[in-house]
Amino acid sequence: MLNLPSLIPFLIALGTAPLLLGVIQRTKAITAGRQGQPILQPYFDLSKLLRKGAVYSRTTTWVFRAGPLLSLAGLGTALLMVPWGSVPATIAFSGDFVLVLYLLALGRFFTIAAALDTGSSFEGMGASREALFAALTEPIVFAVLITLVRLTGEMSLTNMYQQMSLILRSASGAALILLIVIMFVILLTENSRIPVDDPTTHLELTMIHEVMVLDHGGPDLAFILYGSALKLWIFSALLAGLILPVYTGNLLLDGLAFLSGMFGISVAVGVVESVMARLRLLLVPHMLIGTTAIAAVCIYLTLG
Amino acid sequence: MILILLCLAICTVAGIGAWLTRRSPKLTSALGQGGAVSGAALGMVGAISVMASGIPEGLRCSWSVPFGSCSIELDALSAFFLLPVFLLTGLAAVYGARYLSQPKYASRLGSHWLFFNLLSASMVVVIVARNAILFLMAWEIMALASFFLVTLEHERESVQRAGWIYLISTHLGTAVLFFFFILLGSKSGSLDFDSFQSAGEVIGPQATLLFILALIGFGTKAGIVPVHVWLPEAHPAAPSHISALMSGVMIKTGIYGIVRTLIWLDNPSVEWALTLIGIGGVSGVLGVLLALAQHDLKRLLAYHSVENIGIIFLGLGVGVLGQATGTPILTVLGYGGGLLHVLNHSIFKALLFLGAGNVLHGAHTLNLENTGGLLKRMPWTGTMFLVGAVAICGLPPLNGFVSEFMIYAGAFHAVQSLDAFAAIPSILAILALALIGGLAVACFTKAFGIIFLGQPRSQHASEAHESAAAMRWPMVVLAALCVLIGILAPLSPVMLRPVILQVAPLAALLVSDSMAQIQTTLAVIVGVMLLCALLAALLLWRRRTKLTGRARADAVTWDCGYAAPTARMQYTAASFAQPILRLVAGIVRLPKRFTQPKGYFPSAGSFSTETPDVVEREAWAPAFRIVERVLMRFRWIQTGSIHLYILYMAITLIVLLIWKLW
Repeated sequence: MLNLPSLIPFLIALGTAPLLLGVIQRTKAITAGRQGQPILQPYFDLSKLLRKGAVYSRTTTWVFRAGPLLSLAGLGTALLMVPWGSVPATIAFSGDFVLVLYLLALGRFFTIAAALDTGSSFEGMGASREALFAALTEPIVFAVLITLVRLTGEMSLTNMYQQMSLILRSASGAALILLIVIMFVILLTENSRIPVDDPTTHLELTMIHEVMVLDHGGPDLAFILYGSALKLWIFSALLAGLILPVYTGNLLLDGLAFLSGMFGISVAVGVVESVMARLRLLLVPHMLIGTTAIAAVCIYLTLG
Repeated sequence: MILILLCLAICTVAGIGAWLTRRSPKLTSALGQGGAVSGAALGMVGAISVMASGIPEGLRCSWSVPFGSCSIELDALSAFFLLPVFLLTGLAAVYGARYLSQPKYASRLGSHWLFFNLLSASMVVVIVARNAILFLMAWEIMALASFFLVTLEHERESVQRAGWIYLISTHLGTAVLFFFFILLGSKSGSLDFDSFQSAGEVIGPQATLLFILALIGFGTKAGIVPVHVWLPEAHPAAPSHISALMSGVMIKTGIYGIVRTLIWLDNPSVEWALTLIGIGGVSGVLGVLLALAQHDLKRLLAYHSVENIGIIFLGLGVGVLGQATGTPILTVLGYGGGLLHVLNHSIFKALLFLGAGNVLHGAHTLNLENTGGLLKRMPWTGTMFLVGAVAICGLPPLNGFVSEFMIYAGAFHAVQSLDAFAAIPSILAILALALIGGLAVACFTKAFGIIFLGQPRSQHASEAHESAAAMRWPMVVLAALCVLIGILAPLSPVMLRPVILQVAPLAALLVSDSMAQIQTTLAVIVGVMLLCALLAALLLWRRRTKLTGRARADAVTWDCGYAAPTARMQYTAASFAQPILRLVAGIVRLPKRFTQPKGYFPSAGSFSTETPDVVEREAWAPAFRIVERVLMRFRWIQTGSIHLYILYMAITLIVLLIWKLW
């Protein structure tokens, strides 16, 4: 369950997560033919925000102040249970994925509540959309997990992802390809990336996550930014394990394979953001429902 | 057992006493409240002692009613269902006494306390009765007592309508139960529950019919879709503590009935599991979708009862799946999760209903669109409501997560180990639970966010005040229980063990094995959650130390450069829910009325939406119209002339005589 050396991947993840955001930004810049910001820019942003003071709206209550804390605490704890591909997570137990998803939901609950606490119609709009997309992605993520449990016969993320290289050789390998597609869509949705949401727009009526945190500033905003980096890490990690189902038994090799997968995904996200426009807001549910259908096919493939 | 009997006696005597002293509001209130609280306290001790010892206690005496016997028993299952009954009876009585202290209720206190105590006593009898006649009598008293409590403010038209719908649906459900018990009794030869227990093999192919009858009959009380239509009517009409009691425990007697039936009808099949999970999934998803559409807080909470009954059904379905496939871990997790959710839902739903009562009391409105910013004016109520909201969404570390996790874990075990056919119900259960979870978060961020956060949207809301201590601390107790059950999660399998063993006869060794496994998992979860709390505390401390000595300002909400936002510009409950409801517009139809302002000097324009129940409008209303049309053909029998009626009686008697003599 808990062994101390397995804390190392966790600590590396804590340190490296903002780098993923940097890689995405850099990819976008290069694709657009720009020089772009330094790859470490997210770290500079974080340290700048942590050095600032705070401005709170008079409308808000303690819920507004609790939002960033609980959200980041939930994400940090969830990270403990996310394996590095075949490298085990710090904590693993039967059904740990349910706790991971519900910790994310806890964070989301308080982020939405904090947004509503400001009494701003902008933030209410973002909150409403976040709630909708979360409700639509939740069943898809669970469908992915059903498929994985069915394929691997394991009940914890760590064990599942260790079995992944075996699945590749089995007849159900086809499901794995579909799973990668589904997980990529979930990654984009949960992390508010294009085509679902555009993280670079702050003042548009179509935005979702950015508008919810419009009123947060200083250390609170730093917590939120860092939290979104951790969230990106969590979903990228779940995807990386599927893309590179490497299991050599050597922790170092497996870890390096995993990390290359992680940054590969960030580059892919950056490329998608460069070549695609955001979907019309009303079309996002269509995309998610389409993904649900693919997930249903996945489950069906495992039933044979 | 003696404590339970004492509790029944106290409740009945106190209820009648309260009615006799109805001229003096103080005395009647004291009698009614005192009786309910002391009865509940005694009963609680009795139920807990049976839960702890695990030895069933019974009492049996003859009764002159044909086929009836005054047979009662307190076993693990009954004791478990009695826990929330006593807990909420006591707390609702304390809350209710304060809630009804306004002068407008003074003339109704007598009947209120009579029926309140009768309702508590009848719920206890329903749960301990071991004879069908006794059971049905208590069932009927329970229905009538709650009917009179719902219609306490009977001069309001909406309350009358709600009362009618409730009365009709509860009696239709009871009628189905009559068939159920008669059929079961004719197979086993007696109406005593003991004989049903051994009738398992005699029943044979009719077991499925009995199962369906039980689902309809008990399901009406529990509030499953499509027989849930009375819930969203009755709860908003009733005073808040009555809603808490009805939604918290009375609807659970339906679940109790279904669990009892599952004990009587052994050898359940995978199809039964699929039925339970299908009903649970539909109730859960439709319940939460309809809840999202509501503007009235109590209607919203009523629909959430439908949703949570759905979750309980999902748990029971997984348990039945375990029995059907002979997989003990599924049985333990499914029944364990489902039953624990019964207790959990009682606690947080009562908490939320009491919170709704305080909102009504403090802000004089339950319409979400007229509230806002109440957390500042009602800090206690708001914070406790938040605890309830997080718990009902099934989020860790509160109690809702524990039961939902057990159901998830059971279903995932089924996915892992069963063959394709048997795995399908569990896959459906997981997907339904996930969708319900996501939508519940949307619904309760809406309810909590719109009511308690932001700025007041009306004069009443801006003048809202916190409620009296007697209306606050029952909420604090319930919120504390939500936290406590969450933290003591590893102990819950120990508590549930005798109940599960009774519902599903398994080898004790197998149960212990599964139990140990779940306990370890739950212990790890609690550990992880403690870590999470620690992390949150650390972040809080970091932020505090970072901010000391730095500029901290208070300002208006940043509205993109607009410096004079008003409360009317806030997002409303309807707009918050609109994207989701738009998506399901095919299922949840919400008629809109929109009058556009016309002409060059436009004057009046209006827009309003309604949130009718889709099942009631699309299924029940047409069905009842057809029934009415058919029955109209027999209208000629009813002439209203007494001579003819006497003739009918005479003919009937003669026919009966001839038939008997033949």
